[in-house]
Amino acid sequence: MKKKNLFLTVGLFLTALMILLILVGYLWTPYSPMAMDATALGQRPSLVHLMGTDKFGRDIFSRVLKGAGATFFVAFGTVLIGTLVGTLVGALTGYFGGWVDEVLMRLNDALSAFPSFLLALVLISVLGPGRYHLMLALGIVFIPSYARIVRSEFARARSQNYVKSAQLMGASVPRILFVHILPNIWQVLLSAITIGFNNAVLSEAAMSYLNIGVSPDDASLGYMLSDSQTYLASAPWYAMCTGLMIVLLILGVGLIGEGLQRRQL
Amino acid sequence: MDDLVLEVKHLNSWYREVDERGRRRRHDVLFDVSFALHRGEILGLVGESGTGKTTLVKNILGLVSDHTGEIIHYTKRPQMIFQDPYSSLNPARTVGWILEEPLRIYGKYDAAERKRRVQEIVEKVGLPADCVTRRPHELSGGQRQRVSIGVALIQKPRLIIADEPVSALDVTIQRQILELMRSLRDEYALSFLFISHDLNVVYQLCDRVMVMKSGRIVEQNTVAELFAHPQEAYTKTLLAAAD
Repeated sequence: MKKKNLFLTVGLFLTALMILLILVGYLWTPYSPMAMDATALGQRPSLVHLMGTDKFGRDIFSRVLKGAGATFFVAFGTVLIGTLVGTLVGALTGYFGGWVDEVLMRLNDALSAFPSFLLALVLISVLGPGRYHLMLALGIVFIPSYARIVRSEFARARSQNYVKSAQLMGASVPRILFVHILPNIWQVLLSAITIGFNNAVLSEAAMSYLNIGVSPDDASLGYMLSDSQTYLASAPWYAMCTGLMIVLLILGVGLIGEGLQRRQL
Repeated sequence: MDDLVLEVKHLNSWYREVDERGRRRRHDVLFDVSFALHRGEILGLVGESGTGKTTLVKNILGLVSDHTGEIIHYTKRPQMIFQDPYSSLNPARTVGWILEEPLRIYGKYDAAERKRRVQEIVEKVGLPADCVTRRPHELSGGQRQRVSIGVALIQKPRLIIADEPVSALDVTIQRQILELMRSLRDEYALSFLFISHDLNVVYQLCDRVMVMKSGRIVEQNTVAELFAHPQEAYTKTLLAAAD
């Protein structure tokens, strides 16, 4: 039972490292990510500039730290919105069934019938750009998948006798849903959250890559990746370092998800 | 008759069904069921599976809306012990938490008082004191059924409905659980409605028995009388099958 879970260990280590970097990036960066240095345009990685500089002489390492923070922030918010609303919808539909189920799940189906990017694009164009709006748009896009996972778990739990027993104790519906049933589906929800987080990072990067949502001032990793494309030949380290940061961010959380799933077996 | 805890009068019950052609149908389950349960009495309910025993229980607990007739409760909150001790306890919580939960919901005792009462119940139902920190899957089937009885008991009920509470347990454990139920009846003057398909178990525990067939109660009598002089042909075949 207590076998070492390499996925979980490495994933936790990698994620902790990334979070540490992001926190450091919030408080301190080697250079100001906005400061242009005319004496150091398009430099290769060196000890002075760990990941080199872009064509305006901005330190890429500093920008990557800030950018990872922006990406992480949006991904975190997206997953938070998706999980909270999705869990609430899934819990209600799964537990009550009947017309509550019909109404909410048909809404859910309608929402997931849109291609997710299209839906996010529409929402952004309605809401306007900005990282909070991006977060909200992606969060709404993420709701259906969580709702569906949580719904099936609650529907399964509903017929269990421990739920009937809670009803006989006179427990209120919110108490049955979130104190009695929810702890039993943590495992499933947690691995769904890790997968969702990765999708959120990629979605944010993709949206920013298309210059939707995040403004140039708070450059996220996706925006930088799109920016770096122009200089792929002259400054390949720009694209590589940015891409590497995205990969590490996803890999860490992905390994945690994989590790959690293996622990269930 | 001031010592009644439950009275059922002319109960008919049915389910709404939709048949394979999509038409709505009424599927009748219980027909003119009447009985009374007295304080401190263990009333057995026997019958083959599919005769409506569980439907009767659901009716008594108020979970079926489609019925006619009267169900009169003379007690508050009847409690229930389920057949399968594996699914009736929340797998994500400790035994202590599960036992304490009814008191938390009741909301009138502070934490220390709740702990004290849980401890008292743990002793009363014959569980080891350290089980409160363990989860249900770490306990045996018999221990789990003791926890279920504890959960019911901590709510100080006057009536406990037990739906095949020992049929998932092996014979020696069965005897211990039956013994526990009997001693609780003696101590608290509890009433049990004890549902079983096992006539040997009913003979060991119950005061009176009702025999159910196809949604009707075909015979009810004291255990001694019914086992010695069964009146109905159906009861005779049940008894013959049990030997």
